[in-house]
Amino acid sequence: MSALHIKKGTSKHSAYNLRPTFSDVSERHTLAVLVENEPGVLARVIGLFAGRGYNIESLTVAEVDHTGHLSRITIVTKGTPQVIEQIKAQLGRIVVVHEVHDLTVEGPSVERELAIMKIVGQGDKRVEALRLADIFRANVVDSTLNSFVFEITGAPEKIDAFADLMRPLGLAEIARTGVAALLRGD
Amino acid sequence: MTREMTGAKMVVQALKDQGVDTVFGYPGGAVLPIYDEIFLQNDIRHILVRHEQGAVHAAEGYARSTGKPGVCLVTSGPGATNAVTGLTDALMDSIPIVVLTGQVPTFMIGSDAFQEADTVGITRPCTKHNWLVKETDALADTIHEAFHVATAGRPGPVLVDIPKDVQFANGTYTPPKPSTSHYQPMVKGDMEEITELVAAIENAKKPVFYTGGGVINSGPAASQLLRELVEATGFPITSTLMGLGAYPASGKHWLGMLGMHGLYEANLAMHDCDLMICIGARFDDRITGRIDAFSPNSIKAHIDIDPSSINKVIKADIPIVGDVGHVLEDILKVWKSRGRKTETEAVASWRRQVDDWRKVNCLAYANSETTIKPQYALQRLEELTKKHDRYICTEVGQHQMWAAQFLNFEDPNRWMTSGGLGTMGYGFPASIGVQLAHPDSLVINVAGEASWLMNMQELGTAVQFRLPVKQFILNNERLGMVRQWQELLHGERYSQSWSEALPDFVKLAEAFGAKGIYCDNPADLDDAIMEMINYDGPVLFDCLVEKHENCFPMIPSGKAHNEMLLGEADTQGVIDSKGSVLV
Ligand SMILES: Cc1ncc(C[n+]2csc(CCOP(=O)(O)OP(=O)(O)O)c2C)c(N)n1
Ligand SMILES: [Mg+2]
Repeated sequence: MSALHIKKGTSKHSAYNLRPTFSDVSERHTLAVLVENEPGVLARVIGLFAGRGYNIESLTVAEVDHTGHLSRITIVTKGTPQVIEQIKAQLGRIVVVHEVHDLTVEGPSVERELAIMKIVGQGDKRVEALRLADIFRANVVDSTLNSFVFEITGAPEKIDAFADLMRPLGLAEIARTGVAALLRGD
Repeated sequence: MTREMTGAKMVVQALKDQGVDTVFGYPGGAVLPIYDEIFLQNDIRHILVRHEQGAVHAAEGYARSTGKPGVCLVTSGPGATNAVTGLTDALMDSIPIVVLTGQVPTFMIGSDAFQEADTVGITRPCTKHNWLVKETDALADTIHEAFHVATAGRPGPVLVDIPKDVQFANGTYTPPKPSTSHYQPMVKGDMEEITELVAAIENAKKPVFYTGGGVINSGPAASQLLRELVEATGFPITSTLMGLGAYPASGKHWLGMLGMHGLYEANLAMHDCDLMICIGARFDDRITGRIDAFSPNSIKAHIDIDPSSINKVIKADIPIVGDVGHVLEDILKVWKSRGRKTETEAVASWRRQVDDWRKVNCLAYANSETTIKPQYALQRLEELTKKHDRYICTEVGQHQMWAAQFLNFEDPNRWMTSGGLGTMGYGFPASIGVQLAHPDSLVINVAGEASWLMNMQELGTAVQFRLPVKQFILNNERLGMVRQWQELLHGERYSQSWSEALPDFVKLAEAFGAKGIYCDNPADLDDAIMEMINYDGPVLFDCLVEKHENCFPMIPSGKAHNEMLLGEADTQGVIDSKGSVLV
């Protein structure tokens, strides 16, 4: 407390009251950004991250409101609390951005990602891949005598874990959508 | 009232309906239909610049000196790319301008057509927002929205890219109406935070106001309210380069400019204060110096219309998002209703401390009877012009800092300088824009010879439109600011910082049909300045000054406010290796 009876480092507008904003511990945040679906809007968002040196771990985008022409961009990013605050403020400044939500702070939220993986192999490895896919609730969406294509949804960590298991079993290709996320509850 | 018309006609109609009286531009293939419409009317004056960069800086000068948005019209491809520096400059300094660019016809976009450039792509990071208009029916609304975005919230440059077929085609014109777009920045500050700031004002023992360009952008009422608050509280006030004039230099509580070349008393007050009230400024690195040593013991209140400015560099203890004018009004209201309290005695002793710092006389310099010192030239310019209805522009370099130190600004909108981007070549075209907006005022551009040459072609514009702009060149035959850094930082190795092969500025002026004045003798200076003032037309004043003068005070990069250099004696080995990587 200073002589002015104000606790230094407090800010009512910040969700980070309880720890120093200028801490250098990096955190992972999932942001949901509602934007006008006009040409160039994704370039504005990506350009902001590139130009200011922010991280993008994953990014998904699609129109979610066809009459209002609104798209929802889900961005997973990493940074110190100060950087995360800046990212949100900078996103909020883009004229065609309507809303910025930090699901990590506003949470709890559900995060889901979809991946499809091609596993090439025969014999025991093929059987083992199928067995593990069953455990992970991955679906077979294509198969030949030498290969499977699995489809799996889940939190990114689950997909990472599945991919790690598939690697020695013949993982040949993988495509991931990046995270889509929503707040839980109503 | 909607009407059918061509896109080109719509452009002109929309500008008229937005109250535009002046457009700075340069024609080319992709904007010919619009130029045709300009030819056919007399309400909007078109100023033909000599380079599109000049058009944008002129529009900035116009905007900054009037508070109204400046407007430019340029062609596709090279016309648009030439505008990029001006757009970036306006973005950094929050200047509202609307740039209209021609584009190749929609059906040729993407084909590498003649003079095609991805203008919205190139200018996306250097505009507040931009649009490519693909249908004539959307054109009028887009232009109206462009004016709204340029001026609402934190002002900035916008660009509307208009393909040639959209200009030729017919569509429905819609007049401006109150913006219905979702972009409506918040102007009222949070009352709880404002009350907290008022409490801090009541309890502060060593307070300081730190103000910036945001006060000026907020409009004349904000400057008025600021003056009222400063007079009523008796708190000392300093300002950034961009904010000069919001509080008068003759005011009792004025500390002078702060920052890298700011005044000793201003920087020490910032360093030692217990309450810093930042109003419309953004803790730029030229202001803060070393962040971890920046004003270590103060509570920091930060008023800004742009939430991203708050906590970007310095943690705000009392953050207030809102328009400066609105917030100041509320602060005054709350503070008065609570009985106008301050810690009178403590503040008086703080002011005595500030007066002691003032006695250091940090702007002192060794004058000369044989050579014109740049500081002396500016002191004489101040003395001989201060009673005039005067506007000052600058280029970028030492002369700019000396102008900020030695010229006094009594009102907002009177000082046009490139702060954030530091664009050499800004001042001359800016002075043209200012003179057009204020035809009867004395408009002076304080220039360095090197900066001035960067947009010297605009002398043609000044002569053509009979603009009596005064180009006051402090000619040190050096890239003076670069030379100063090389002296202090790079072992006096003056790599490429000589202005070689300079023109004879008097002859140059005469070649364009302007007046040239040369002066290299302190004894002749007053007469020469008077001759410049009294000449009714553009003047190029070549003022030969001391070549190796350094600009002090100076806070070297990577140093704190209280590690300021006051003069040559302080400069030995000042910037350590860590500081020398900073700019
Ligand atoms: C377009 C541009 N290029 C380079 C610089 C870097 N720079 C800053 S000041 C300066 C020297 C300016 O020389 P002059 O205009 O003669 O002014 P002086 O410092 O001598 O007063 C330079 C090259 C800049 N600010 N802008
Ligand atoms: Mg020079």
